[in-house]
Amino acid sequence: MFKLKNAALALALCGALGAQAADPIKVGIALDISGPFAAAGAEARDGFDLAIDKLGGKLGGQPAEFLKTDFAGNPEQATQLVTRYLQRDKITFFTGPIASNSALAVAPALFAAKVPFISSNPGPSQFAGKQCNPYFFGQYQNDTYDEAAGKLANEKGYKNMVIIAPNYPAGKDHLNGFKRLYKGGLKDEIYTKVGQIDYAAEIAQIRAAKPDAVFFFLPGAMGINFVKQFVGGGLKDVPLIAPGFSADQDVIQAVGEPMLGLYNTAHWTHDLPLPANAEFVSAFRKKYDGRYPTVYAAMAYDAILAMDAAVRDTGGKTDSPEALVKALSTPSFKSVRGEFTYARNHYPVQDYYLRVVEKDADGKLTNKLVGKVLEKHQDAYVAECAM
Amino acid sequence: MDAIFIIEQLLNGLGYGFMLFLLAAGLTLVFGIMDTMNLAHGSLFMAGAYIAARVHESSGSFAGAVLIAILATVLIAAVIEILIIRRLYSRDHLAQVLATFGIILLADDAVKAIWGPSPIMAPTPPALAGPVQLLDALPYPSYRLLMIAAGLLVAIGLYLLVNHTRVGMLVRAGASNRAMAEFMGVRVGRVFSFVFALGAALAALAGALMGPISAVQIGMGEAILIPALVVIVIGGIGSVRGAFVAALIVGLVDTAGRAFLPPLLRAVLPPSLAADLGPAMAGIAMYVLMAVILTLKPAGLFPARA
Repeated sequence: MFKLKNAALALALCGALGAQAADPIKVGIALDISGPFAAAGAEARDGFDLAIDKLGGKLGGQPAEFLKTDFAGNPEQATQLVTRYLQRDKITFFTGPIASNSALAVAPALFAAKVPFISSNPGPSQFAGKQCNPYFFGQYQNDTYDEAAGKLANEKGYKNMVIIAPNYPAGKDHLNGFKRLYKGGLKDEIYTKVGQIDYAAEIAQIRAAKPDAVFFFLPGAMGINFVKQFVGGGLKDVPLIAPGFSADQDVIQAVGEPMLGLYNTAHWTHDLPLPANAEFVSAFRKKYDGRYPTVYAAMAYDAILAMDAAVRDTGGKTDSPEALVKALSTPSFKSVRGEFTYARNHYPVQDYYLRVVEKDADGKLTNKLVGKVLEKHQDAYVAECAM
Repeated sequence: MDAIFIIEQLLNGLGYGFMLFLLAAGLTLVFGIMDTMNLAHGSLFMAGAYIAARVHESSGSFAGAVLIAILATVLIAAVIEILIIRRLYSRDHLAQVLATFGIILLADDAVKAIWGPSPIMAPTPPALAGPVQLLDALPYPSYRLLMIAAGLLVAIGLYLLVNHTRVGMLVRAGASNRAMAEFMGVRVGRVFSFVFALGAALAALAGALMGPISAVQIGMGEAILIPALVVIVIGGIGSVRGAFVAALIVGLVDTAGRAFLPPLLRAVLPPSLAADLGPAMAGIAMYVLMAVILTLKPAGLFPARA
């Protein structure tokens, strides 16, 4: 009896191996649906799922398997997950993390294994410049959103601004990104505590400085606290400018009315008049109770479409990493952001738009496209990339 | 830097202090009187904020929302007390920290399951949305004045309750010598349950009032728990009076650090050094204050068990 059981087990194992012989293309997705980036991570997951549905679970017409595991925004856990994806599952593509620190942590193993990492959000400057790598593909470089905001401030004719960010490296990077293109003067440059709850002191400083406008980079809850208190403090006549992430749908629905009129910059917006984008937005709103997608969902959707196009363009030769990279670097799919090309550091050269928070036809607060701020814009680090 | 600016920043400091006091009052009651470390106090704060935000949005009544949030949170706290905390009173602090940390994890996931991972909206009541003209050149957010008033009322209420009522006497008796109080016929278990419920009500009130000026999201309780712990340590653990004084000092020092340190440093140091040093020093001002006070008075400003 025991032997019979073993034999059956062996048979079952053979069956499993046999199934593996006709291998589907495996995509490793590191989901960020719990932990500090859960809100953005859940948006990205919905974007991935929508693209996978659209493609019928296939990539380039070939059977595919999408492995999705949550790593709770923890770089260490992400590294373990990627090791498992690489060694046990032998993935062909990787995507998923929301934050730059996780992307930086998992990338070396992926680069060593020659597995393309199609970022679904983070665009760290490291991979755009000195540490650029053929196996990394960005959606945007982190600083470009701030550069667009700087350009916007010039166009609006702001001469005296106050800029504010948390006192940590990314905060300084983002303010430097803003200053790169902004030509006016700065009344004050304020750095706050990370995770600060109360902004009354800073708001009083801003009131005393009487700026033309305020640019803030305060991700997550910090931005929500700041905007609520800024408007409550009677400064609603001072225009606020932010990179798109501080004014996306998830933030808008958390802050409500005080967001009205807030200018923000992004490389995509849900009302970009493009057929591919209209299809994405209407499918998304149909699948997810009429909710507007955020830029996280749009980029996740694009990441899967990029894989699909790459598999098709290589003629299904997914065992050659070089061929995949070549196909990925000349994207042939219809991106929801419109046309873009990759520079030699594999970061996009693309347009950036101005959005403003307004009410839609149903009275729902959302972003509205105002116009183009930067055309075919390239990041500032590409010159340092030796690729 | 004119007089108006300084007055405004002092008010801001007081406002932040009262905000901290609302949370620290409940924390110090539970810790000082029951000798129980309840890290999940932040989770009750979060529950209060979420419930108030949701009720306010659907009913339109802010006062009603705050009331319902307090009642609901007290109910939740009662369940937690009966199932978990009651078993912890006699255990050491490490067991209490571990168990209540577990409650934080459960609470965060429960909130995510009910309301989703994104922060939710907590509207400001329209009547309090704008600023009030305090002086000619000083508009001040009316909502912050409400917070100051609420903090004052809670402080007076607690003072009267603990020092001038029979319940307060029982609470003090149970706290100073549990065994003796029991021999004298005080049902200490019941007194503790009452104190825990009171702590939960204060946490919920703090959460409900903080909602309109801060992000209502998962983890909000943990973020504010740290300054609240600083407050109760400075004030002397268990002392409501200590928590009150310490909250105001911490609020003023923290705000003054952020408002006045960077410009002062810029006046005396080279700009690049001042730009790096100013925010860093403002960020740690509160902890430096704690270190100094604990060096001078190791049990805090008003030790409860003197």
